[in-house]
Amino acid sequence: MDGIHDMGGMHGFGKVEPEPNEPVFHAPWEGRTLALNRALGYAGIWTIDQTRYGIERLPPDVYLSSSYYRKWEIRLENLMVELGLIGADELKAGHALRPGKALKRTLTAAEVPNTLSRGSFTRPAQGPARFKAGDRVRTKNIHPQTHTRLPRYARDKVGVVEAVRGCHVYPDTAAIGQGDDPQWLYTVLFDGRELWGENSDPSLKVSIEAFEPYIEPA
Amino acid sequence: MTHDHDDHHDHGSELSEMQLRVRALETVLAEKGYIDSKALDLIIEAYETKVGPHTGARVVAKAWSDPAFKRALLEDGSKAVASFGLMNRVGDHLIPVENTPQTHNMIVCTLCSCYPWEVLGLPPVWYKSAPYRSRAVNDPRGVLADFGVTLPTGTNIRVWDSTAETRFIVLPMRPAGTEGWSEEKLAALVTRDSMIGTGLAKNAKEVA
Repeated sequence: MDGIHDMGGMHGFGKVEPEPNEPVFHAPWEGRTLALNRALGYAGIWTIDQTRYGIERLPPDVYLSSSYYRKWEIRLENLMVELGLIGADELKAGHALRPGKALKRTLTAAEVPNTLSRGSFTRPAQGPARFKAGDRVRTKNIHPQTHTRLPRYARDKVGVVEAVRGCHVYPDTAAIGQGDDPQWLYTVLFDGRELWGENSDPSLKVSIEAFEPYIEPA
Repeated sequence: MTHDHDDHHDHGSELSEMQLRVRALETVLAEKGYIDSKALDLIIEAYETKVGPHTGARVVAKAWSDPAFKRALLEDGSKAVASFGLMNRVGDHLIPVENTPQTHNMIVCTLCSCYPWEVLGLPPVWYKSAPYRSRAVNDPRGVLADFGVTLPTGTNIRVWDSTAETRFIVLPMRPAGTEGWSEEKLAALVTRDSMIGTGLAKNAKEVA
């Protein structure tokens, strides 16, 4: 979706302001929010792309005015209600009003050490890769209403395939409950001027990780 | 100073609202049997005490001092880091990108906040912020200036937008005057920002 989350190349957000000696969490609720997300991710009730799409669907004013973990917290409430696992009335009451549903699994303390590394997103290929390193490609001019990982600034641009990264879960389908639909993934490299025009820094090159449906021969 | 004050104020008002909100959510989820609060405590403890940029720094230091490891790292980052024995696994695709006198690399996620958690820990707030995510892809030199970094003229800049489940870590250039240093001493030169590409490794003189 062409949402506020797709920020590459936007102007007006000001300077980057690093915080010296930044703590891991700025308040205890941030850690709780992170841990709740990890625990429910382990339960297998959604894909990582569903959770990203959950953040993207926040109203733009909420997205821009909320801290990272506040967005996570609201997203978590929204997804749990959407999936019918909790009720908005229960959130309001601050207590369960009905018994929970059975989940595939729940995260126990003993299992935590095994959940700290990332899952695997590579999948067996459905067919041979259409492109190889060195191929000139053009990204498609697509504007799906739902989740995509092709950023706006890199649509309808000509670049070169730099590397083939294997076959991966396709976020565009996984985000909306339509399965893994594995797709070949490529690193596609663009000249800064192709993306930003004649005034671009001439020494700049930018790459994206592009799934095969995002690109066509140039 | 004004800025610090405003930040503090905003943060404070969000804190109380969010503390209550998260407590209510956790209570509901626990009462419904979806989560075990003891498991949450352990997750938080791991991110506060175990996972962090010290892991990435050890990987970089080893790459600086062991050419065979560096070759293996650039060939297959996940495999090389796993063989190093720092963690169980690092996902399928950790991709180290090497800075050279010709090219400086910088990592960003313009669409969300993808970051190599296993080797760098949780991302800092600025990495997840709109200013960084918007500007890194079209004004990386301006971003570097915000960090007080100026690259030598003639250095090209390569920005990697993390738009999939591949994860990148920058292999910064080894500082001059560090010949013969131990891996442990070298690791002290490797800052988190140098592995994102918004900084450089420290000078030899900065590490006593």
